Amino acid sequence: MNNVDSIDLVECDMPSMGALSQAPEVVLSMQGIDKRFAGVPALSNANLALKAGEVHAIIGQNGAGKSTLIKVLNGAHKLDEGEIHFLGEAVSYASPHHAQMAGISTIFQEVNLIAYRSVTENICLGHEPKRFGMVDWRKAHAHARETLARFGLELDVEQPLGSFNIAIQQLVAIARAVALDAKVVIMDEPTSSLDEKEKAVLFRVIKELKSSGVAILYVSHHLDELFQICDQITVMRDGKTVEQKPISAMSKLDMVAAMLGKDPAEIAKGGATNFAATGQVSDEVLFSVAHLKGAAGLKDVSFDLYKSEILGLAGLLGAGRSEVARAIFGLDHEMKSGKMHLSGQPVDFNHPSRAIAAGFGFCSEDRKEDGIIPQLSVRENLTLVLLPRIAKYGLIDEAKERQLVDEFIRHLGIKTASMEQPISQLSGGNQQKVLLARWLVTNPNILILDEPTRGIDVGAKGEIQALIRRLADDGLTVLMISSEFEELVEGADRVIVLQDGHSIQELANEQLTENAIMKAIAQ
Amino acid sequence: MNSHQGEMKGDKQMNTSVLEERSKVPATLSARALSQVKNNGALWAFFLLLLINILITPNFLQIQTLYVNLTQVATVAIVAIGMTLVIASGGIDLSVGALMALAGTIAPMIFLSDFAASWPALGLVLAIVVAIAVAGLAGLFNGYLISVYKIQPIIATLILFISGRGIAQVLTNGELQTFDNPSFEFIGTGRILGVPVQAIITIVLALSIAWVIKRSIYGRFLLAVGGNEKAAELAGVPAKKIKMLTYMICGLLAGIAGLISTAINSASDANQTGQLMELDAISAAIVGGVLLTGGKAPILGAVLGAAIIQLVGYTLLANGVHDAVAMVAKAVIIIVAVYLQQVKGAK
Repeated sequence: MNNVDSIDLVECDMPSMGALSQAPEVVLSMQGIDKRFAGVPALSNANLALKAGEVHAIIGQNGAGKSTLIKVLNGAHKLDEGEIHFLGEAVSYASPHHAQMAGISTIFQEVNLIAYRSVTENICLGHEPKRFGMVDWRKAHAHARETLARFGLELDVEQPLGSFNIAIQQLVAIARAVALDAKVVIMDEPTSSLDEKEKAVLFRVIKELKSSGVAILYVSHHLDELFQICDQITVMRDGKTVEQKPISAMSKLDMVAAMLGKDPAEIAKGGATNFAATGQVSDEVLFSVAHLKGAAGLKDVSFDLYKSEILGLAGLLGAGRSEVARAIFGLDHEMKSGKMHLSGQPVDFNHPSRAIAAGFGFCSEDRKEDGIIPQLSVRENLTLVLLPRIAKYGLIDEAKERQLVDEFIRHLGIKTASMEQPISQLSGGNQQKVLLARWLVTNPNILILDEPTRGIDVGAKGEIQALIRRLADDGLTVLMISSEFEELVEGADRVIVLQDGHSIQELANEQLTENAIMKAIAQ
Repeated sequence: MNSHQGEMKGDKQMNTSVLEERSKVPATLSARALSQVKNNGALWAFFLLLLINILITPNFLQIQTLYVNLTQVATVAIVAIGMTLVIASGGIDLSVGALMALAGTIAPMIFLSDFAASWPALGLVLAIVVAIAVAGLAGLFNGYLISVYKIQPIIATLILFISGRGIAQVLTNGELQTFDNPSFEFIGTGRILGVPVQAIITIVLALSIAWVIKRSIYGRFLLAVGGNEKAAELAGVPAKKIKMLTYMICGLLAGIAGLISTAINSASDANQTGQLMELDAISAAIVGGVLLTGGKAPILGAVLGAAIIQLVGYTLLANGVHDAVAMVAKAVIIIVAVYLQQVKGAK
């Protein structure tokens, strides 16, 4: 695998070097970068070469190592192995601030400027023009206006930054980078919160930066926009930089295939595998969603959920998978529109407790963020949803509680010293089992599972997958979100493919293959 | 649901992990002693203080000493219980001192009124009930601002911290209300079987609230909201209601403490009652082992924390150390308590 990749690299580098006879200098290179977190490799032998005046995209699946690579570059993380050369010198920065002062600026997803200070202060912070030891505000404002004018922006620079929308704030962040004479600007998902018009302005700014010789490192999940502005693509997978090519040499299908480590030719053929859905789906629609629209890029999603089937939701990050689940479950309620029917009756939950009462369960994607209560024990975590049903006059029936917890610890094979152990001391797989048990103990009709096997070891993963299958066979209806196409193909009876907040395709039976999912995503 | 295979597997896995657990238990005696002190730091500190006092403080082992200390600690302990609940929910309440003043002002206004002169028993009951209820409503107001309008607790409770005492002063025109009402003063100075009534109230409140936290849905939901509000909400926990209820309970307890404080003095001074109580209560809660990040509610710990701070103050005073030094000592206790928490958290 590795060998093939390195050959790829050489092959595609040669022509591009030749084509650019007046080859622009490499301003930044990263070689053989290794980075481990608690012994687990996040980057292994990652390489990157960035030339002046190019827009260089880094793409890869969630967890491929894109963010870590950037953080190693700008000094947020210390690298374990490897070298970074900037303008011909070996460098290592103690923090993103140091990197910025040296000429490598990072524009983060969430703008990290000071919202309640003026635009001028944000642009000039740390290098204000001084006069007699005091800030020369007239000069500072003029400097800020001048910098923004380069991007065709005219703002009242004395206004607090927070009074402008997020797109403008992002442009101010870029302006600050330019004001600091950046040679390299790193942009992490810069378009994630921008609308089409704002995006156009950003792209114009990027082109302007490019023409002035700044190198731009561009991380995005939106493959379409790369074709508008990027020159080079580096693909990352499992912490390695597996491919580097000029964008002119790649199609969207090539990118998806490289991100997933599959052969594009095979995907294009499609449907030629042995996998086939096994589930016998009933023809009773238990729950349906029509034209669901809501928070964070959820635009138009419709599907039917049949009784006791496992329905998969596929799509790249940002396609709106988790948002669908949250919207169904009564979260982010204020931004929602669309119709939902449960057993033919219209439903609309405004709080998870309503969804729970209607027989739903929702095991969320991020165990730490909105799953476990770290200070509480396994027992207390497991019965959190069930509690009102085993209580009388507000008092918990502790005997009943212990009995049920004991039953589920055995039933799911949860490895814990006792039910009183704090859940935070369990392994990821066992925490996930406790969270599954939290819902199963309430005996739900419909269980929504968002990435049920993410971040847990292989053994626990197999156990959880088998459990889900067994539950569905016993009559539970499951809506399963997963980034792993293999898991969807093998686990789900049908799969709905989401792209950019829309449900674009339904796959079932012999059509349901990993390649078919990839093809749909790359459409 | 129960498959036999699953049971066997579960058993086997449990056994191995129990074994692992055992091997982790500190082997040496000193290590075990150290972990004992770390886990029950407050209790050991309390015993140590008692021992030091028995050795150096003159006349320490006298019933009078106990009464003096009980009298002084009761109000702090009661407010610290409420503060512990609020901190466990992930918040803070700065208004408790002001709510004490408010309740302490309203009660005498009622039992000194013309109505109470003609119906003394009813007047007294009304005085107590209304005063505590007003403090509870004020707490509910805090909870409403915090949970519905998402105002940061420190800011939301600052509103009543400032205005609560102001309202109390307006009600009395800023004047001291003195009274001679033996029935009411019984709360502050009375004894049942030789035990001060306020100590009994404190112990009854502490035990019953500790029991409620352990046994009730409310208690579990409170810890869940404080531990991880997003997760709790997703599990169907009515986080807003839980928070409102918690601030209300904190207000009610402050009201009770306000009445006791007023009864002890046979006078209500809107300007003085509960002065700096918010800081004493927070200190006691911290020394008692509450996590400032929420999710733990050591009720009896809070009472113990109040007792420790009280005892340190008494020790220094009884041995002729200046009052100002005693304040520094209090600060040192808090630093030690927070340090021990950090050590525990880092494990």
